Amino acid sequence: MRSPSFRRWLAGEKAMTRAEITNAVIDPAALVDEIRADGVGGIATFFGTVRDAANGREVVALEYSSYEAMATRELESVVAEAAALGGASVIAVHRIGSLRVGDICVGIAAAHAHRAAAFDACRYVIEEIKKRVPIWKREQFADGEREWVNCEPSRDALSDATIETVAK
Amino acid sequence: MEMRVRFFAAYADALGRSEVVISVPDGGADGARGPATVAQLRRVVERLSPVLPPRPIVAVNAKYASDDQVLAAGDEVAIIPPVAGG
Repeated sequence: MRSPSFRRWLAGEKAMTRAEITNAVIDPAALVDEIRADGVGGIATFFGTVRDAANGREVVALEYSSYEAMATRELESVVAEAAALGGASVIAVHRIGSLRVGDICVGIAAAHAHRAAAFDACRYVIEEIKKRVPIWKREQFADGEREWVNCEPSRDALSDATIETVAK
Repeated sequence: MEMRVRFFAAYADALGRSEVVISVPDGGADGARGPATVAQLRRVVERLSPVLPPRPIVAVNAKYASDDQVLAAGDEVAIIPPVAGG
């Protein structure tokens, strides 16, 4: 008896893809179970986790935020592109909200009959997330300070920051 | 043309708000009247605060936009700070 995934392969159906921005805890085992299929020979995964230190300072939490409509759309595009590389099935889930050290902020799983396509798709997704998905994070340090990652303005610029009369 | 522009992360913090209404002038580079473009919006936006870079990244209707993209009334415009996902 032919399995569902083998029948889909016979029918020429596209690989499965899913992209999600969520507030919920990311469960690695659930992602692997979701992408597992009879035709799959290799599953590649990546999980980004919150580190306890940045530039020698102790981090206690990371606050993730996003332009949600665009982040979902960009993540969907990234996942579709990753799947198109070599035909892997791809799932990517990014979490937003306040995360503690050790929490998983992003989970990616890619699956294919052959491992090369799975590895390539998985890597592609995380690299593209870092380049273009509109998600931001603010580090909260043990000393109480908070700083945006990648877009924290200099102190001089902040002291001059006012909205001029061009804007209402 | 008046447009609502959304800001995020460090930009919103610096401006003290997450949305600003601005006036984008119509007109092409040669002074002739024409539709407002992303390039013109950029020039207005970058003057709002020294925190904003010279060429802020613009998204229109939740997609990255190029300079020559024409703006329509009701478009959702957002200024995208350097991203930090993952």
